[in-house]
Amino acid sequence: MSTFLGMPATRAGRGPSPDAAPGTLGGVGRPEDPLHWGATFPHAAKAALANEQLRRNLGNATSTIRSKRARVVGEVPDWEALRDAGSAIKTDVMARLPELLEALERNVTARGGVVHWARDAAEANRIVAGIVREKQADEVVKVKSMATQEIGLNEALAEEGIAAVETDLAELIVQLADDMPSHILVPAIHRNRTEIRDIFLERMADAPPDLTDVPHELAMAARAHLRRKFLSAKVAISGANFAVADSGTLAVVESEGNGRMCLTLPETLITVMGIEKLVPTYRDLEVFLQLLPRSSTGERMNPYTSLWTGVTPGDGPQEFHLVLLDNGRTKVLADEAGRSALHCIRCSACLNVCPVYERVGGHAYGSVYPGPIGAILTPQLTGEKSDLPYASTLCGACYQVCPVKIDIPSILVELRAREVELAGSSPDAADRVWKAAMKAASYAMADGARFRRAARLPRALRAISRHGVIRRLPFPGSLWTRSRDLMEPPRQTFRDWWAEREDDR
Amino acid sequence: MSDARTEILSRIRTALGSSTPEPGTVSTAVPREYRSLGDHAPGAAEVLDLLVDRLEDYKARVHRVTAADLPALLARLLAEVPASSVVVPAGVEGAWLGALADVEVRTDSREAPLSATELDGIDAVVTAARVAVAETGTIVLDGEPDQGRRAVSLVPDVHVCVVRTDQVVQTVPEAVRLLDADPGRPQTWISGPSATSDIELDRVEGVHGPRTLHVALVS
Ligand code: SF4
Repeated sequence: MSTFLGMPATRAGRGPSPDAAPGTLGGVGRPEDPLHWGATFPHAAKAALANEQLRRNLGNATSTIRSKRARVVGEVPDWEALRDAGSAIKTDVMARLPELLEALERNVTARGGVVHWARDAAEANRIVAGIVREKQADEVVKVKSMATQEIGLNEALAEEGIAAVETDLAELIVQLADDMPSHILVPAIHRNRTEIRDIFLERMADAPPDLTDVPHELAMAARAHLRRKFLSAKVAISGANFAVADSGTLAVVESEGNGRMCLTLPETLITVMGIEKLVPTYRDLEVFLQLLPRSSTGERMNPYTSLWTGVTPGDGPQEFHLVLLDNGRTKVLADEAGRSALHCIRCSACLNVCPVYERVGGHAYGSVYPGPIGAILTPQLTGEKSDLPYASTLCGACYQVCPVKIDIPSILVELRAREVELAGSSPDAADRVWKAAMKAASYAMADGARFRRAARLPRALRAISRHGVIRRLPFPGSLWTRSRDLMEPPRQTFRDWWAEREDDR
Repeated sequence: MSDARTEILSRIRTALGSSTPEPGTVSTAVPREYRSLGDHAPGAAEVLDLLVDRLEDYKARVHRVTAADLPALLARLLAEVPASSVVVPAGVEGAWLGALADVEVRTDSREAPLSATELDGIDAVVTAARVAVAETGTIVLDGEPDQGRRAVSLVPDVHVCVVRTDQVVQTVPEAVRLLDADPGRPQTWISGPSATSDIELDRVEGVHGPRTLHVALVS
């Protein structure tokens, strides 16, 4: 079987580029659809590559976090065994999802919680807004959560006259600037300290006027700003990192203590969670609470992890609602080749090692899920045609660091193959598509010294190809050429291809 | 139209097709080749040294004392703040606070809780712990009467946590096994004072949680 890895030559645009939307302090503005916004990937990537500041910020941040991760992972003698266990537990969860969800529901309910089910974003938003309205609250505090970003909850609440206050420092920065997050874990990774100071001074009414750009001072300004809100909030909204089916226990992993504030002080807690976040038993947490912190922040353990089960009389929120969200997840589950994208624990290690992400940043992906995981998860969740599967060099670094061993490169190849089949290409068209591909694949690295080795990959591939087809890659590429052939990469560089493509317009 | 619950469950069953296993069977054998025990027994000297090293690495302040010296240590730490008030969960041993001078002691319990605003006006909190993990520098509180409601160890700016040496295990799985006896208790896992790395990945200690974490390791 042959698979083409090419980027189709022309893509339907996704509306005007949101670069520097007015009133966003240089941010991208709030999109209508959190899973699908902005220009197509090549256009957004081109704009991002031209932004020197962004590239510097990203370069610093990702290299720092990569080395921290490598250090703390290196200190764990049984790391590979933990990854094997994590991967197998998640495979088991997907296979037994109905039974485990029912167990979770039963256990949460038995401990005084209320479980809701939401088929899509609109239904989840309606449920949450309904609870908040019932509590007569016009402001809620929020813990950083990918699921609520995915469904655009803050915007939906705003329409109901409810202000959702993000309490994670980076999310607060992003929210104040009317921007979008650009990283799963460090959402304001695209902002440097001076930009953050300017955002605080302009948008945070109680920021000290003599605020400097020293990170400690900025953090203290946020502490003072949010403390009053924590003490008075009636309703909090969170996501969940894990939910234990056999005990009904929910877990939130965080650093700043804003999570503990939200999960502890308000009377009512609403947790919105994707249906894939389950683990079968409490014991399984011993695997994930080792894998997650080291993979994400490069810490042996994150400062705070909160675990709660329903309602504890006299301690914490006395009303607990759990919203179980589908919003496309069952579509992903139905796809046997792509199903493992649901194993993701959102650690963001794959973003930090990705040469494409490092160059273009999160916004170019036009989704709240950027980077390698976003490139497979976003198109699977939406079921729409997408150029995101091309936003990769297939260098395999993401697979190597993934704590639950999601084989992202293979899924990308599969998704690309489907795109091409969808296009019903003639051999000619397929050839053109292919030619565009490897150029696109190496573009992010075209001028990077650090990735010179990786950038040589296409040339190396040419060396082992016969008649333009590569039947067997050296390990680890052999894992995916086992069942498919690879076309020989082209000689032309991305820049040449890009210039040509622009001339054709 | 069916309700959301029925529809989502049926979508999942359809998505899985014939691959849905019988309820109650683990469909995939989960390999658990990872370490479930440390090399050293709980409370062993190596384990304690490791815990101290990890805690200090994340900017917690560690004090090793005998039970007899604990009250004097607590008095000294609170004077250093300087704290004019301290809150303790109702189950904390009264003797711990025997050496305090000029510090108002407030007691909190599920039955007689202080409000968040009251807690915000208190300088420090002293609690016990359930278990500590040496390799990760983690202390777990599980809400029992000597560890208190979650808000109590959160809102005051200084947390002094008293850990007995026999409560210190080497690995995460050892701690989880212990906590697994009562998974329903509200737990807080604490590894150093609150921190953020959100600004250019520069670690800043002390954001919303207590900015100072003292650990009294009692033998
Ligand atoms: S795909 Fe893997 S590496 Fe990437 S965020 Fe998810 S769990 Fe982490």
